[in-house]
Amino acid sequence: MASGIKDKVAILGMGCTKFGERWNASPEDLMVEAYGEAMADAGIGPEQLGAAWFSTHMEDIGTGRGGMPMGIALRLPNIGVTRVENFCAGGSEAVRAAVYAVAAGACDIALALGVEKLKDTGYGGLPAATVGTLVPQWYPNAVGPANFAQLATAYRRKHRMDAATLKRAIAHVSVKSHANGARNPKAHLQNTVTEEQVLNAPIIAEPLGLYDCCGVSDGAAAVVVTTPDIARGLGKKNLVTVKALQVSVSNGWEMHSNQWDGSYCHTARIAAKRAYEEAGVANPREELSILEVHDCFSITELVTMEDLFLSLEGNAVKDVMDGFYDADGKIPCQIDGGLKCFGHPIGASGIRMLYEIYLQLQGRAGPRQLANPKLGLTHNLGGQPSQNVCSISIVGLESV
Amino acid sequence: MVGIVGYGGYVPRLRLSRKAVVEANSWFAPHFAGKAKGTRSMANWDEDSITMAVAAARDCLGPCEDRSGVAALSLASSTLPFAERQNAGVVREALTLGRNVEVMDFTGSQRAALSALSDAVFRAQAGAGETLVLAADNRKTRAASAAELDFGDGAAALMIGRTNVLAEYLGSATISEDFVDHFRIAGEEIDYAWEERWIRDEGVSKLVPEAIAAALENSGIAAGQIDHFIFPTCFQKMEAQLARKCGIRDGAIVDGLMSRIGDTGTPHALLLLAHVLERAQPGQTILLAQFGSGAQAFVFRVTEASASFRPRTGVSGWLARGMEEANYTKFLSFKGQLRLERGMRGEQDKKTALTTLYRHRETILGLVAGRCEITGEVHFPPSRLSYTPGCPALDTQRPYKLAERIGEVLSWSAEYLSFNMAPPHHYGQIDFDGGGRILMEFTDISRGDVESGTKMEMVFRIKDVDELRGFNRYFWKATPVRPLPSADEMKAAE
Repeated sequence: MASGIKDKVAILGMGCTKFGERWNASPEDLMVEAYGEAMADAGIGPEQLGAAWFSTHMEDIGTGRGGMPMGIALRLPNIGVTRVENFCAGGSEAVRAAVYAVAAGACDIALALGVEKLKDTGYGGLPAATVGTLVPQWYPNAVGPANFAQLATAYRRKHRMDAATLKRAIAHVSVKSHANGARNPKAHLQNTVTEEQVLNAPIIAEPLGLYDCCGVSDGAAAVVVTTPDIARGLGKKNLVTVKALQVSVSNGWEMHSNQWDGSYCHTARIAAKRAYEEAGVANPREELSILEVHDCFSITELVTMEDLFLSLEGNAVKDVMDGFYDADGKIPCQIDGGLKCFGHPIGASGIRMLYEIYLQLQGRAGPRQLANPKLGLTHNLGGQPSQNVCSISIVGLESV
Repeated sequence: MVGIVGYGGYVPRLRLSRKAVVEANSWFAPHFAGKAKGTRSMANWDEDSITMAVAAARDCLGPCEDRSGVAALSLASSTLPFAERQNAGVVREALTLGRNVEVMDFTGSQRAALSALSDAVFRAQAGAGETLVLAADNRKTRAASAAELDFGDGAAALMIGRTNVLAEYLGSATISEDFVDHFRIAGEEIDYAWEERWIRDEGVSKLVPEAIAAALENSGIAAGQIDHFIFPTCFQKMEAQLARKCGIRDGAIVDGLMSRIGDTGTPHALLLLAHVLERAQPGQTILLAQFGSGAQAFVFRVTEASASFRPRTGVSGWLARGMEEANYTKFLSFKGQLRLERGMRGEQDKKTALTTLYRHRETILGLVAGRCEITGEVHFPPSRLSYTPGCPALDTQRPYKLAERIGEVLSWSAEYLSFNMAPPHHYGQIDFDGGGRILMEFTDISRGDVESGTKMEMVFRIKDVDELRGFNRYFWKATPVRPLPSADEMKAAE
């Protein structure tokens, strides 16, 4: 029986660029920025790195394929650099690889970095991803907003909820994230919005309006990991250690049976259960202090609260409206602004989430610092509700 | 006895208001003011002669999965999408007809459908089994032309055979003549036509009566005995003039549906025939003629068995299901005559891997899923491994057709982000009666037409157009099940 990853690996240092429309920064520039901050935070030199993992999703408009773009951009000392790509969970996958390498004793210190340069397309929103030669011959020419908007139609049907009630709840999700993003100097969108603005915004994909969709941003984030002993040896205190790393990938059940009702993400529930088990979390609603979830769209965040077993099924609307996930609520969610406002450079997002929780746990989050957070969870969802990859990470103070 | 053993039709849902066209063009072509009456049928952007032929064939064949009675299939059209690639072959795949079915394209003249009908009659007479004769047209016209107002889009289907004959074939005749009333050289999109007076006086008025006389003689029927006279024409009162000239009773003249759908071209005679067959009484005789590179005429007599057959929707059903469209620019855009701004998302390459298409042709063109023999779960697309919890089963799936099954919307959205010819772009997950689920595009749809739980049916449509290489990608789409109008409603619509 595997013993799990809990407390075997610690975060030595982290870095994250400002996210946003970085018109004058290349993906290489972004990598250098995030890497520089992470290495300075870690207090080590490149020669101490044993291996590196590189996450980027859209090679055609970013850096190109493989590990070389990162090896060259960061002038790494000819260590192994491996590109990982797993849709929006890519950043978390890079972290998983680096953490596993350290835990396995294959290297002492490992680097994971994610970058995405999305603002070289010429238009807003995400570019279409390549999907092979069969899928385009039958699958809709679908876009993310309409894929995720379907959660809303199915959720309403399941819970017999009127459109206005759900629309108002998901508006609250966005209003909250904008309020949080306004206090984060690295966030892409730092403006507050009112519920009225969200409700009246132009429709992108029914029922989602403009403010129900996350920012499309350039950015990079990096993390250096090592063993707790090495970290202590390097003089680090208040260690943040990895408690759980879980990934669940669809196997077709959602589409190849008629059992899934379309109102939630099957993989998220599986990954959450496994992660809580690995981390020894018995009651997540009581034990978690902070959440960074994949709020690509406001409706995704709302159903994720149920998928993570924080809100009871059908009850997320009430919890959201009660402010349970607001900055001053029981479990603040997206305290850094989330994908919604911090932004969503795909390959970097998982590491960006980790960055915020790391800062919060170490008490270094500045004006948005929460009181005594101990345990945080990150959640990424790549693909779409009907077939996706979900990663869930739990990190916390070593003592927890 | 040889004759018609089944029939059907198809008229696209959209009916373009002629008033909208005339008003939009009035600054340029004020002389069309008198034509600002009624509607013409208008294909959706994702329809062409192949997809409309499939719709007409399904109207004729019904939902029955066993279509093994079809021995041959012909598709007549002057607007076949492909100059190379057998168009009727695509139709055969969509209908999931067997590989042993002989498949033919007929084209080159407005009476190509009657040539196909001749061929089918001869096959039946020779005992070669039943032939499904399909005809469809989606003609392009110049903006602000008479043809733009007169033409329509549509399709028709006739099954010709020897068992349970609904209308017996009595005789036919053909006059072949290189009378060039209009032409279109290969590669061109729009016809070039000569003066109407010459076509009426020297063409239609001389060649059609000759063909009719010969057909009547071959049939042993006198002109005065004809109960239904079908002659499609855009020319005012041309049918009446011909009837008088040929000795056919005035009351026998069949309304050409010009005011409602326009002249659909190659399929129009068969479309009108399919319409007449819905109401014709046993013993009545039908004469149909069409003009084009000569003339051709057929005579049928309705049998006692005629009441035993009903098309699924029928021409009268399609007529009643029309929706008026007042956006002239939508018509121009759908016909490829007005290029609206598509944005960069519209630049996405739509290259089709033909090897992949061939491997998956039954899945893509026939909408054939795989049903696991052990669990009964339906997989789309089919796969070697079936989903069974904990123990994927290998090679347990058998072909399972979904095209004729009704589905229900599980979830959906409509978005304005991706490029789509008819925004907002609707798609969602469809759960099929009996199992199976596909995330698919919706068509013939307006905002507010769907909600979770809405019943949907499948239609064969163009999925994507590869403008770079000139290729249409076909697949199935979902459209709301629209109840057939009641008999009273249909009567009122007539």
